[in-house]
Order: sequence, then C-alpha cells, then structure tokens
Amino acid sequence: MARIIVVTSGKGGVGKTTTSAAIAMGLAKKGFKTAVIDFDVGLRNLDLILGCERRVVYDFVNVINEEATLNQALIKDKRCNQLFILPASQTRDKDALTKEGVGRILEELSKTFKYIVCDSPAGIERGANLAMYYADDAFVVTNPEVASVRDSDRMLGILSSKSKRAENGEEPIKEYLLLSRYDPKRVKLGEMLSVEDVQDILSLHLLGVIPESKSVLNASNSGVPVILDETSDAGQSYLDIVDRYLGEDKPHRFVDEEKKGLFGRLFRSK
Amino acid sequence: MSLLDYFKTTKPNSAKLAKERLQILVAHERSARNQPSYLPELQQELLKVIQKYIQVDQDAISVNFESDDEQETLELNIVLPEQAQT
Repeated sequence: MARIIVVTSGKGGVGKTTTSAAIAMGLAKKGFKTAVIDFDVGLRNLDLILGCERRVVYDFVNVINEEATLNQALIKDKRCNQLFILPASQTRDKDALTKEGVGRILEELSKTFKYIVCDSPAGIERGANLAMYYADDAFVVTNPEVASVRDSDRMLGILSSKSKRAENGEEPIKEYLLLSRYDPKRVKLGEMLSVEDVQDILSLHLLGVIPESKSVLNASNSGVPVILDETSDAGQSYLDIVDRYLGEDKPHRFVDEEKKGLFGRLFRSK
Repeated sequence: MSLLDYFKTTKPNSAKLAKERLQILVAHERSARNQPSYLPELQQELLKVIQKYIQVDQDAISVNFESDDEQETLELNIVLPEQAQT
C-alpha cells in the first residue's frame, strides 16, 4: 500500500510544485519507489521543474480516459530510477479529472509504489479538491504572509471536511506545515511573521522551514529539483523535511539568522 | 541615544499587526466554517417574520451559532428600534 501525500496551499505561487518535486525526489533517493502527479490540468508545470518536459507523451487525463496505460504515461526520472512522473494534461476541459478516474489511478499506483505525491493546483476548484481527496498526509505549504496563511487555514477546513477520510469517518489526514520563503532577517526586524506566529495561528505540526533562497530559481531554471543541490540552504532544508517525514528527529534549521563570522562572510554559499 | 531611540520607535512592527489581523480573521472564519449551512437562510426568514410586526433593519438581527463538546447553542439577538411601532 502506498502512502498518498498531497502538497497543497490554496494560494498560488507559494512553492507547491517546487516542494512536490523536491520531496518526491527526496523520497525516491531514499530508495522508496515514488510517483509524483501533477493535478494542475491545463497549466502543467511539474514536468518543467523536474526537467522532463520534452519526454511527455501521454498525460494524467489520457490515462483516466483509457487512451493510454499508466506505464505509457509515467516518465521515469533519469537521475533516480525510483522516481516516476505523471504529467498533467494541457486540456482546457475543466471536467477532465473525475473522482472515480483519479481514484482508479491512485489505486493502481498503490500496488507498486511506496509514496504518491499529489501536486495540487492553487485554488479550491476540482483539481485541488481531487488532489487532496484521497490523501493520507497533507503538506500545507505556507509563506509567512497574510494571504497565504489565511488560504492555508481555508485548506485545512477543506481537508478536514471534504476528503475521503473525512467522508468515511476514518482517521483524519495528517497535516504538516512547510513554511517556505522564510527570511529570518526580516523576521528579526519585525517585518515578517515568525515560525511561532504562523504556528500560533494554524496550530500545525511543523515539518520544516524553507528559507527564501536563490537556489530555488536556479534549480527551476535548469530543471533540477532543488533537493539535488545539496550545498544550497533550500536543498538542505528539503533533505531535512524528508528525513523528518520519515520519522527522524532533526532540529529545525534556517529559523534564525545565521551568524556571519569572517569565514561565513567569505564563503557564504547561497 | 535619543537619535537611536527615534529610529527604533519609528520602525513599524508590521509582522505583529499581521498576526493580530490574522488571528481575528481566522477565528471568525473558523467559527463560520462550523456553522450549519441553514443558518443564513434561517436568519433571512426570521428577519421577514419579525419585519411583519416591527420595523427593523437587516443588521438589527444577529444569529450566532456556537458549539462545544457538550452542546450546541443557537443565539438569536434582535435589537428593537427605540420607538417600536407595533
């Protein structure tokens, strides 16, 4: 049986796809067979972030409509043989995803995969609802900013009422907070909500803090998930997040401003 | 010293403001989330009934729904105009 993780946020642009790509790669690198699915029908982008955009032949909707088999549509990552990508369709048909279709595919994937990461689109439309419907765990990606925190809270409400687990009265989805684009310097200046502030409001289990980092854009520019840039702060933060998710007890990093000594100033890697 | 203080006090702590605004908003939205879906309709119908007898404004009536583990409470509050015309 696979564990289904939804990466969600409500608000757009907070780092869902970056996170999906990173944690899927992280889990796969740990040796777990992992599938990552792009639920953003019409606005496919996960393929770009993972650098496999030129290898897309069939997509999620093709498989749902039985125009292709799952094996035909899954793209095997070239860097890690345990990672498979199911790209979103570029169709403009909003009803292309169906609850039954998505359920069928997740069930089929569950037979051979250990983890299934569902990259949710922004908003609370069909794609977002279906991405979280079958989930066991939810990674709520939040920026330390009012609109993002509010939308995350909104998503928490939906997770606890409109998921399969909620409808069947099963154990609720496990919800985790991933605070991204965090800038400890601005927090210290009182210009940005702190980790504690966001936790006070959302009362979620913190899985990790991802610092605002230049390495994220560099990674997406080159189609390499940022977790593979192990020298970068964001990459290390995602490595920690995967470890914590898998049960390791690791102290949180990137929460406080790093103290810059002479060496730090000279060899600062960002 | 006084110059330093000046700079310190004029720096706005916008994060604190953000947190306060969010706490109020989120609490409000969460309570609305747990309300039964018939509540707005109930409020409208009650208003109509009351308006048959008393001239009250739309905002003169408030319906609050609260629930804890023990019980659910429906609180109805009608503010009558100063000279109620019956």
